[in-house]
Amino acid sequence: MKKFFAQAYIWFLLILLYAPLVFIGIFSFTESRVMGNWTGFSTKLYSNLFSGMMQGDSALMAAVKNTLLIALIAAALSTLLGTIAAIGIFNLKGRKKAGIQFLNNIPMINPDIITGVSLFLLFIFLGFSQGYTTVVLAHITFCTPYVVLNVMPKLAQMNPNTYEAALDLGATPGQALRKVMIPQLRPGMISGFILAFTMSLDDFAVTFFTRGTVGLDTLSTYIYTDARKGGLTPELRPLMTLIFATILILLVIINIRQARLAKKAAAK
Amino acid sequence: MTQNDVIIRLENVSKAFGDKQVLDNISLDIKKGEFVTLLGPSGCGKTTTLRLISGFTTPDSGTVYMDGKDISGIPPYKRPLNTVFQRYALFPHLDVYDNIAFGLKLAKVPEKEIEQRVRKVLKMVSMTDYEDRDVESLSGGQQQRVAIARALVNQPKVLLLDEPLSALDHKMRQDMQIELKEMHQKLGITFIYVTHDQEEALTLSDTIVVMNEGRIQQIGTPADIYNEPVNSFVADFIGESNILNGTMIEDRKVNFIGHDFECVDEGFGTNNPVDVVIRPEDIYIMNNTTSAQFTGKVTSCIFKGVHYEMLVDTDSGYELMIQDYNAFEPGSEVGMIIKPMDIQVMRKERLCNTVEGVMTDESHVKFMDGEFECGAKAGLEAGDEVTVQFGFDAVELWDHQEEGQIAGEVYSILYKGDHYHLTILTESRGFLYVDTQDIWDKGDLVGVTVKASEIKICRRNDN
Repeated sequence: MKKFFAQAYIWFLLILLYAPLVFIGIFSFTESRVMGNWTGFSTKLYSNLFSGMMQGDSALMAAVKNTLLIALIAAALSTLLGTIAAIGIFNLKGRKKAGIQFLNNIPMINPDIITGVSLFLLFIFLGFSQGYTTVVLAHITFCTPYVVLNVMPKLAQMNPNTYEAALDLGATPGQALRKVMIPQLRPGMISGFILAFTMSLDDFAVTFFTRGTVGLDTLSTYIYTDARKGGLTPELRPLMTLIFATILILLVIINIRQARLAKKAAAK
Repeated sequence: MTQNDVIIRLENVSKAFGDKQVLDNISLDIKKGEFVTLLGPSGCGKTTTLRLISGFTTPDSGTVYMDGKDISGIPPYKRPLNTVFQRYALFPHLDVYDNIAFGLKLAKVPEKEIEQRVRKVLKMVSMTDYEDRDVESLSGGQQQRVAIARALVNQPKVLLLDEPLSALDHKMRQDMQIELKEMHQKLGITFIYVTHDQEEALTLSDTIVVMNEGRIQQIGTPADIYNEPVNSFVADFIGESNILNGTMIEDRKVNFIGHDFECVDEGFGTNNPVDVVIRPEDIYIMNNTTSAQFTGKVTSCIFKGVHYEMLVDTDSGYELMIQDYNAFEPGSEVGMIIKPMDIQVMRKERLCNTVEGVMTDESHVKFMDGEFECGAKAGLEAGDEVTVQFGFDAVELWDHQEEGQIAGEVYSILYKGDHYHLTILTESRGFLYVDTQDIWDKGDLVGVTVKASEIKICRRNDN
């Protein structure tokens, strides 16, 4: 009996968590403009999405493109910055190290809305014209701490003598960084990159405040304005479903790969 | 020794990390082709010395020469020497072959030659057929071999080894010692080896450099260091020994443990206090007490494999350690003889504590950040700079640091047969030396007081 309740509880939770996703998935296969209205099975919304023949305006695909590009640039640059910062912080000692690590954590805890507004004010103060560049800069700002956080444990795992060993064998500090440090830090850098990418992908508040008035839209800001104009564009349903499916497949692949690596390590 | 024989020379090298003086004015010549071991307890400065040679640390003052050229400012990647690191430091993302080829690839050696050299060096360390293996799948001993191969493949003029065997188990360590020794003979290059293991140092080295507290204590062959230690630290650190206070009565005659002994040492003056070292295997022990130089009673007897190790209380109240092939039961009365050859007499490093202080008033003196009562001293007043002296037994130690005028830590312990001679590292990073009957452990935190009546003070000679 106890076991039954435990089982029921976990299923209840899972249903609660995944029902919206399943719901949007199902209704992506019907043509109805209004969500929750089943007008028969159809893949028309999918073909609309890819042919660009949308019932609403065609800014949706532009927003998707912007979102991906901004996320890619922001993730790449914050991975670079974050890795360098992590190496620097790791080699600090005592109070200084603790202090900087603390400062690194603040942007992650800080509510997005505050980060967004403060960046908005900063860009105005500096006289930056707001648009693509400011959004990318803003995203780098809040993504970098996550990269630092992901790279630090890899540094701690690394045998500090390997860097010295590289120098000893004739590598310049730059070569030692490229040929010895980076390969060992790579797993941390990759997970940092992925995290930064997803953080950038679904950011709304910061983008909203830093995109200016040039009409730049990412997916989140597009949906926001779309919803305010009266009802969501129906093509959003297949888009959401596709994004979710992609993430799901990626997660499954990563998990399988990790399980294999763990198995390989255990076999040694 | 001609100039040309010297490959590495350290000249008056000092190094401090923060307020800790790690190396204090060290000078050292290392000859071409030598197997030199830097030996000492942890924190003695041996690893720092090695890092100065490899270039990972630069000296605060002094110069490092290689082949007569000043290399103090040259970065490690430009020095023609290679290091075997303590915990291997292999590159985990590369296989055995790529680990070893790392240096050669950087030097842009042709691919074909790299292959030949890697194969050759793998053969030398008995690791043929392991080329494609992931380094993390290798055992500790195998990783160590790859680390050695990775250093040797670059054909360095000097190979530096930083406690390379410390992570291996005892048996493996002994095997690797023999292999290292053979490698050294075959290659003919200079090996500089760092270890805290005196047995390893004695086994491997042509020359041993014994270090302590940032200074070189003694340089010599293993036999020299073992048989003729220059001071009580070296005697205590290398092998087992009885270290005793003695008095040099005249040339070839020394008094210790309450008896006069003939010895072979000269030039220590008359009636001068000295340290005497006797190796436990050099004391002859027998049941016959009439023809003995002195007698005693066995208090313990432990079988050590090849020999028995016994503790004997002598007739004059000293405890000696004796090693002999025969066992003498605890409680038995025994006689002992020490041959003149086996008595090693050493000048004492110091006869009392000498520190510099300042008078705070006419009966108080301040030194090592503590203020001490010293009895009224005529002619001295507050602010006078003075030299303070007091005997080893004038110092009293207390369990709690607050009980003393100054706080410190037991830094090292030497058993002198009937008392302990302790070195105390004070919080102001100075050393005090104490004779005591009480048993303390290394690292104990203690409070220090000094008996007022025993403090001698004289004005420092101002220049």
